[in-house]
Amino acid sequence: MSWSGDGSREAAMVPPAEVDTYYGRPVLKPPVWKEDIAYYFFLGGLAAGASLLAAGADQTGRLRLRRGTRLGAVGAIGLGAIFLVRDLGRPDRFHHMLRVAKPTSPMSVGTWLLTAYAPLAGTAALAEVLPRRWRRTTLGRLVDTAARPAGVAAALAAPAVAAYTAVLIADTAVPAWNEGRDLLPFVFSASAAASAGGLGMLVAPPEEAAPARRLAQYGALVELVASRQLERRRSPSVEAYLTGDARRCLTRARGLTAGGVLLSMLLGRRSRLAAAVSGAALLAGGFYERLGIFRAGVASTKEPRTTVRRTPQAPART
Amino acid sequence: MTLGTHPLYGPVDDVATQAGHVGHPPRVGFFTDTSVCIGCKACEVACKEWNAVPEDGFNLLGMSLDNTGMLGADSWRHVAFVEQPRRLGRQDGGVAGLPVGPSSTSYAAGVVAGRLRQAERGGGELGTAPLDPGVPGGGPPPPGGADRMDFRWLMLSDVCKHCTHAGCLDVCPTGALFRTEFGTVVVQDDICNGCGYCVSGCPFGVIDRRPTDGQAHKCTLCYDRLRDGLEPACAKACPTDSIQFGTLDELRDRARGRVAQLHALGATEARLYGDDPDDGVGGCGAFFLLLDEPEVYGLPPDPVVPTRDLGRMWKAAGVAALALAAAAFSVFVEGRR
Ligand code: SF4
Ligand code: SF4
Repeated sequence: MSWSGDGSREAAMVPPAEVDTYYGRPVLKPPVWKEDIAYYFFLGGLAAGASLLAAGADQTGRLRLRRGTRLGAVGAIGLGAIFLVRDLGRPDRFHHMLRVAKPTSPMSVGTWLLTAYAPLAGTAALAEVLPRRWRRTTLGRLVDTAARPAGVAAALAAPAVAAYTAVLIADTAVPAWNEGRDLLPFVFSASAAASAGGLGMLVAPPEEAAPARRLAQYGALVELVASRQLERRRSPSVEAYLTGDARRCLTRARGLTAGGVLLSMLLGRRSRLAAAVSGAALLAGGFYERLGIFRAGVASTKEPRTTVRRTPQAPART
Repeated sequence: MTLGTHPLYGPVDDVATQAGHVGHPPRVGFFTDTSVCIGCKACEVACKEWNAVPEDGFNLLGMSLDNTGMLGADSWRHVAFVEQPRRLGRQDGGVAGLPVGPSSTSYAAGVVAGRLRQAERGGGELGTAPLDPGVPGGGPPPPGGADRMDFRWLMLSDVCKHCTHAGCLDVCPTGALFRTEFGTVVVQDDICNGCGYCVSGCPFGVIDRRPTDGQAHKCTLCYDRLRDGLEPACAKACPTDSIQFGTLDELRDRARGRVAQLHALGATEARLYGDDPDDGVGGCGAFFLLLDEPEVYGLPPDPVVPTRDLGRMWKAAGVAALALAAAAFSVFVEGRR
């Protein structure tokens, strides 16, 4: 039977009988996670990268970059948390995540990371939006003084926030994710850098956005290389990255990321408009990257052949 | 790799002690001998009855006599049926030479496989939610050769493997899944928040989230019955002792003896699955005697607990995170110039 993980709903032709699977049924349970989880992966990475930029902007006196990235970080992590809770089967029990700290569960590790990170990012952002008349109050002064150390602490936690989600999906029986375990952390961290760079270009004027542009360039470069490697492994599950909805997302991600970064290198310094456009393209690129990887994982569980891997075959290249 | 005193891979002498139980009973499990399974599904029914497992749809799946399809949140025992044109040992199938045409099994299997592909979870919803693959009704088999060949029916009552290294348990972030004093793996209904991580953590496709209550469910090896000194409902109901319950050590001995016996009887294809403490999950608490390759029954031939590589994954993540931090630092240092 040929692989047809393209998610299309057209009636399939009657395939010949499959001798080595059970009625062509998947061996694994496809993830019950909705695409909310992919949105969170993007938003969590964006928040992490933004906190890194914010701390740097704070230290180097780039106030508009700082404001935009601090607010962006807290917005992204807040929205991401909503997606996380929404995806639970029992959202009312989300706090059960906090009853244990379990090092064998990347989701537990991530929960505690977020529990540390989010309030720090929140404190830094609070200082940006504090109305002038409150700055004089004791509480206001406290927030103001706390903002810088909180921002630094958030930046220290940020790289882990960006990378842990890759471990979270790699530590599953999902073939396309599990077999990508050595590369996914690099794709995720680099994509976080590219997205945050994009955000920086959107929110700050070009004269303040030089670090954002450079971060986006580094991130985009590593993301493009690492995700390319992900698709070159010799394993049946690689097909899942090369076909169907996942392929479409990943192609789009690549185009947007490469295009965004090129535009920023050409015009990002001179034109605010070009910077904004390339920033938006980078953000969209990061979004599609996560969505594509997510969909590849789901598709790979539906195909029994990825699990029945006694006779690994070289994947067909497209 | 180990985490503290907790090995993530390889043989473990005493899973219950490792999980912190003191003075616990011996590890128990199932030995499911498929060579004597008659496909009565008494185990499926007994399990549903005892554990009050809701129905998962009444659909004809076109998988021989299997209308359950897969283990899932609402199917904790699943009897698989495979029809094959060959003999079992020296058995006489009784159809050789009869003018009944070839088996239609492969035709039906092809139709089902094609339809499952169109389902939302590619057929993975079986055992959890209703799925009607719209299999064409029972007309005569397609025309073909005159004689039906030899025939055998493989039947296997599948169940949660109660792994030594259980992927579901390792990744569960709430502690809902836990290792009992009997060495089995159980979900606590009052803790699970339905995050769904266990569903993707299991290399056997066993545990699933029930759409109606949003929580994960699977075989408990009848934890309540064990605590009362009873054997699990499925083993109790099995009329042929295909499902044998007992202490794991004893079951392993018995299983080895049974394989030798079957080999002597000419069924040289008999083999054990899940009995080896050196396999990818450290050996299963529920293991099987099979008469063909595992994948024929829908079992993964080489299951590995995903946490085996957890250390390596965190190492890669650590390098990636440091690189991100370094990049973020450097873009500002350059910026000062
Ligand atoms: S990993 Fe799967 S087979 Fe093993 S104990 Fe968990 S649910 Fe059962
Ligand atoms: S769905 Fe429930 S049992 Fe499964 S990992 Fe999440 S909290 Fe644990």
